Amino acid sequence: MKKRILVVGLLLAAFLIFGCTPQTPATSKDSLVVAVPQDPDFLDPHKAEAAGTKEIMYNVFEGLLKPSPDGKPVEAIASAYTVSDDGLQYTFTLREGVTFHNGKEVTPEDVIWSYSRIAGAGEDAQESGVMIVAALVGTKMEKVGENQVLFTLSEPKGDFLEAMTSAVLDSSLEEASHNVEPVGTGPYKFVSYNPTQSIKLTRFDEYWNKEKMGKVKDVEFRLFSDNATALSSLLAGEVDLLPRITMDQIDSLPDTFEVFEGPQNMIQILGLNHAFPAFSKQEVREAINYAIDKDALISRVADGKAAKLGSNMSPVMEFWYHDGLDDLYPHNVDKAKELLAAAGESDLSFTISVPSNYEFHVHTAEVLAEQLAKAGITVKIEQVEWGIWLERIYFGEEYEATVISFVGKLDPHPMMQRYMSTYPQNFLNYESPEYDRLMEEGLRATAAADRAVAYKAAQEVIAKDSGVIFLMDPSLMTAHKKNLKGYTLYPIYFQDVSTLYFE
Amino acid sequence: MKKISWEFRIGLVLVLLLLGLCIVSLFYTPYGTNQEVGAKFLPPSGSFLFGTDNLGRDVFSRVMVGSQTVFLVGFVSVAIGLVFGVLLGSIAGFAGKWVDEVIMRLMDAMLSFPGILFALMYVAVFGFGIFNATVALGIMAIPRFARITRSGFIQVKQMPYIDLARSIGVSKVRIMFVHILPNIISPLIVAASMGFATAILAEAGLSYLGLGVQPPDPSWGRMLKDSQNSFLSAPHYALAPGLMITLTVLGFNLLGDGIRDIKEVK
Repeated sequence: MKKRILVVGLLLAAFLIFGCTPQTPATSKDSLVVAVPQDPDFLDPHKAEAAGTKEIMYNVFEGLLKPSPDGKPVEAIASAYTVSDDGLQYTFTLREGVTFHNGKEVTPEDVIWSYSRIAGAGEDAQESGVMIVAALVGTKMEKVGENQVLFTLSEPKGDFLEAMTSAVLDSSLEEASHNVEPVGTGPYKFVSYNPTQSIKLTRFDEYWNKEKMGKVKDVEFRLFSDNATALSSLLAGEVDLLPRITMDQIDSLPDTFEVFEGPQNMIQILGLNHAFPAFSKQEVREAINYAIDKDALISRVADGKAAKLGSNMSPVMEFWYHDGLDDLYPHNVDKAKELLAAAGESDLSFTISVPSNYEFHVHTAEVLAEQLAKAGITVKIEQVEWGIWLERIYFGEEYEATVISFVGKLDPHPMMQRYMSTYPQNFLNYESPEYDRLMEEGLRATAAADRAVAYKAAQEVIAKDSGVIFLMDPSLMTAHKKNLKGYTLYPIYFQDVSTLYFE
Repeated sequence: MKKISWEFRIGLVLVLLLLGLCIVSLFYTPYGTNQEVGAKFLPPSGSFLFGTDNLGRDVFSRVMVGSQTVFLVGFVSVAIGLVFGVLLGSIAGFAGKWVDEVIMRLMDAMLSFPGILFALMYVAVFGFGIFNATVALGIMAIPRFARITRSGFIQVKQMPYIDLARSIGVSKVRIMFVHILPNIISPLIVAASMGFATAILAEAGLSYLGLGVQPPDPSWGRMLKDSQNSFLSAPHYALAPGLMITLTVLGFNLLGDGIRDIKEVK
């Protein structure tokens, strides 16, 4: 009898142990599960372009510099750098004792190999699928002394320092291995990638910056293609952190969760195709600006949690942001009607094509249609698949208007250059010689203050032209368990897990 | 006097109620369908019968106007299916031999596609929107009607009175549509009622996927999709279109069942 009880007891215990362990890794304090929406496009950081990949892999890779939470590139693999007065020569000194995750020390050769790769130096650069970084093209790189690298630019480039945040890789590894077993220098090292399931990272204990070592040992980025499933996993306790929770979902969170909220440096626009006859008239574009009540829009689609925009720069980017442009066109339906009448477009009607996978943009389009109707403008909404949006609207430029947003960058140039007439994908067909000139000035100026003056002036030009209808920078809302602390918000797409810890 | 089944009664009441709602919505809705009338996600109340949605619009008004789409899609797609299905089915059934083989194998091929898959393909090729969705659903309904018509034709054309008509020189077309077709009208009505339900469900599915009715026009399927994110905090928003779809589909199915029962008890 006793034996039988023992056996049953053991069986039960075994059942409990084996039955439960796989489901609850999240509850232990030394592992963290983050919900992310999409599979990485490439593990090789020089090939990856999707923001969804970068938000994970910034934990694994570092460049000579790396982004800081306030949006400035700060020293990482490099311990210091100097710039020549003409802005053409940058000398980076490598930090001592920085090692790759495989234990090899970072050498100037690794830096030169890595940055030459994305500068398009290799003959097969195009075929290999490496994303060429424009700021590095034509740059001469050479080793100076034992641990310095000298970059010589052909002309001053304002966005050069941002390019220095590109990943430095181990040059001794085989080319193809970067996409299978990526090795970097960041606070976390890559463990495994299971397509459509998860990406697992673990803390790199030999990280050079002892003050910024990762706090949680194992991190899993679990893939949820469906936001509603991610939410229920969060509620069930399987996930600790869910970035980009929607307003509607927040209401269903119990007290055991907290929501972190902050501007995310994203520019949502109502893009008007200037090739569409009516939109080539400035009065019409101004009328649309006056007819839109941005405050009401923000309160309805974002529950008031967004920064109103008047130009292609979010207030988060303080240093580059031109104050006051968001009030350039106060809501005024009568004025909108007057302007339309003056332009001879009193019964203007157009179609907004909006990517159907972004519900936020679809809802924005619905509200815009309602607001514009009050000024006598008839708006039709057409939902298109993301692939079709890219093909027909972004690359094909066959559309009248669209609602879309652009994710932030560290430097104003890559953010603002898409409105230049010389930009290869100027899909809005906006053309302003004045804007182009100011942008060029911003790129060529070497002192940051001079650059800011030029970029602010450029913002004013595009805002006064009503070249694009800038809407808002919706706040990023991240839900996490209450005992998870240390979430850091970046003005770029990046989930920094090194600062997170459980209390 | 035939006994009228309870299925028929319930089905008829549901369908008539919906038809009433649809007709009323043509002239009157409590609020505009695309206009902010209050805070978002207000629960059902006296002033907002079904509450408000994620953009503060009245759900009841939107449900009402959404019923127009439902009837439009149902009628048009069933009409397309009925016209072409009966035409093809009667030709196949009457002519027989290789004509029958060719037409019916074609119908079999069409049936081998799940309806929603074909509709997805069709709107992907010809563009999103309610018009294309309706046409696609109509095309998918063809084989069903064609099969029913053909089997009816094969049965009826062997009747002595058809031979008689033929012997006195009545034209083939007249025999097909005046002498044979009226005899098989009742299974067609049943199929039409059921087809209505199928079409409504498929339209809701397409709109849910963003391929049917385009915003801001209301559609039950789209409302379901929009309500999904807020299902835990505002379940009333999901319930309204969900219940409407369920009741409509149930209504047409019961009506179809009811008609079949009446016709069988002779």
